[in-house]
Amino acid sequence: MSALAVGLILVGLFFLVVAAVGMVRLPDFYTRSHAVALTDSLGAFFLLTGLAVDQAFSTNVISILIVLALLYLLNPVIAHATVRAALRSGIKPWGEDKR
Amino acid sequence: MTIFLVFVLYVLALLIIIYLYRVVRGPTVFDRVLGLNGISTKAIILLVVIGAVYDRVEMFVDISTGYALLNLVSAIAIAKYLEQREVT
Repeated sequence: MSALAVGLILVGLFFLVVAAVGMVRLPDFYTRSHAVALTDSLGAFFLLTGLAVDQAFSTNVISILIVLALLYLLNPVIAHATVRAALRSGIKPWGEDKR
Repeated sequence: MTIFLVFVLYVLALLIIIYLYRVVRGPTVFDRVLGLNGISTKAIILLVVIGAVYDRVEMFVDISTGYALLNLVSAIAIAKYLEQREVT
């Protein structure tokens, strides 16, 4: 396994850990959704790219990149649908009541 | 270097447990949906890493693709259902 693959996988793990910390620590639903939707996609990108570099010069690279493209298509759609449902069912964003 | 990939597997399993805290505790139902979405993203990555450990990536990638599509359908269905009624 090359040093490039190890570095990419470690960077991806760092972003995933940051997303998990945001999921536990942030105060309300909208901020948590922000942490998960953005940081998770970036971490998945780095980690799967590292795995693809590890599997270099075989057809596995193409299938791993297909999974990556699928994650990039589906994650924003799911986040948008969930946040829109929360907003329409009347959950107030954090800090609205302090004005 | 499979030791490193096994380490990655352990870290991902730990992250799933952290997300499970939010699913159990979450004040609103949307927090639980969000936590489940995060868990399934982790599970997709976990399946690909398992494939790399056992050197059968071509098989596990198919499983994770199916999991991603299933996750999309269920999340959209839950969001559309919750959009139509007043919940806290």
